[in-house]
Amino acid sequence: MHHTIEVNDLHFSYPDGHIALRGVNLYVSPGEKVALVGPNGAGKSTLLLHLNGILRGRGEVLVCGVSVKDDTLGKVRVSVGLVFEDPDDQLFSPTVFEDIAFGPIYMGLLEVEIRDRVAQALEAVGLENFEDRVSHHLSNGEKKRVAIATVLAMVPEILILDEPTAGLDPRSRRGLINLLHDLPQTMLVSTHDMRMVSELFQRTIVIDQGEVVSDGLTQKLLSDDTFLEEHGLEAP
Amino acid sequence: MHFDIADQYRHRLSVVHLLDPRVKVVATFSFILTVSLTPTGVWWAFGCFLVLILAVAWLTRLGPMFAVRRSFVALPFVLAALAVPFTTPGSILFRIPGLGWTISEPGVIRFISILARSWLAVQAAVLLTATTRFPDLLWALGVLRFPRLLVATIGFMYRYLFVLADEALRMLRARSARSAHVPKSPRPPIGWQGRVAGMMVGSLFLRALERSERVYAAMLSRGYDGHIRTLDRFRMMTLDWVALAVVVMVLATPLVVALIQ
Repeated sequence: MHHTIEVNDLHFSYPDGHIALRGVNLYVSPGEKVALVGPNGAGKSTLLLHLNGILRGRGEVLVCGVSVKDDTLGKVRVSVGLVFEDPDDQLFSPTVFEDIAFGPIYMGLLEVEIRDRVAQALEAVGLENFEDRVSHHLSNGEKKRVAIATVLAMVPEILILDEPTAGLDPRSRRGLINLLHDLPQTMLVSTHDMRMVSELFQRTIVIDQGEVVSDGLTQKLLSDDTFLEEHGLEAP
Repeated sequence: MHFDIADQYRHRLSVVHLLDPRVKVVATFSFILTVSLTPTGVWWAFGCFLVLILAVAWLTRLGPMFAVRRSFVALPFVLAALAVPFTTPGSILFRIPGLGWTISEPGVIRFISILARSWLAVQAAVLLTATTRFPDLLWALGVLRFPRLLVATIGFMYRYLFVLADEALRMLRARSARSAHVPKSPRPPIGWQGRVAGMMVGSLFLRALERSERVYAAMLSRGYDGHIRTLDRFRMMTLDWVALAVVVMVLATPLVVALIQ
């Protein structure tokens, strides 16, 4: 079981003509935690949406060795858990229980297994007994954690997160960083939070104007101030 | 900043709160149907149903006047029936001076029957929403063969109404912050203000549309395949069956008697 992400020469343009990705190549090995950084509009979110087949561009995308095509989408979406930036987009059911059960229900699991998965996912994010809570009554930090739980319930091999710490107060942010540190999945996290990058991720990929401009050790990247500034970033 | 206008649920430890939501939905619909089928002018039947609804209200521990107070929200809808006393033929009770309109006795009886039916039906609906959590209510409707797509749509509306309300509030605040008024200069024309309001509504619509696309992407990411599926959340217990049987009998008896007479 190889939990890898492989992107080969990916090109993508939006319908309005804007070229978002110009030949992106990257490879993430099993268990690796990688940060994806870059200025706004660089194509980070666009790239992430290709990894579970929501967007389809020219080039090849392989997750866990499976090429992302029309007929493999179901399998891909079980292996790749994508957590979006705005938790309100991800929590669309009346209760927390139903949101987290959504994934397992569509996987066709038995009711007993579904309830187990929900309980385990809530425990993994530290929100036990939140099953009956209503989504719009939760705080921002709780919503973000429930959003992660909705994806964990599918037991993905790869976790992809888009700006997980955006908008969180320091305590919630610390809780989330600890959670990401403890989760065993292969991870690709798009973020602006350079302090989290230097704390959690050994490897960082920098993307700018649709291309990968740097891919290597985080510490090496953070010591090159000129390079960082050139691509709209700052060392913590 | 949160709005909670749609959340009618009031938590109590009562026998009614504990009932299966399917029983409550069926009971409420049966009550409304029975009350609607009760013939005009059979006051003793309406009296029976009033006693029934007050008894249920008492059982819910929400206070006997809870449903009565909230039922006045139905009053404006009764205006639709305002023409009835004037248009029903029969013995004339009263003639309006100057207009020549007549109020007939059968008309008054019909009008009061309509009032009674609406009042009783609304009280039943109020008790239903006060004793059943909204998600459970939706689930019950779906299981009782309401169109699944409709139930899902209502669910999404309930979920995102508050998100939209918050966005609208932020837009209004932003507009107020830029609505300075320098004394002695003329106020902007009403046509322009109307256009701005219209553009805000359009902008809100676009944001809702784009959010719906993101929500759809989130659903796809978790395996959505186009079919709406839910879990069985409740199991019918003995209490539920007993309650259902009691309700059906208590409703059917006066109705049958009233129809036979």
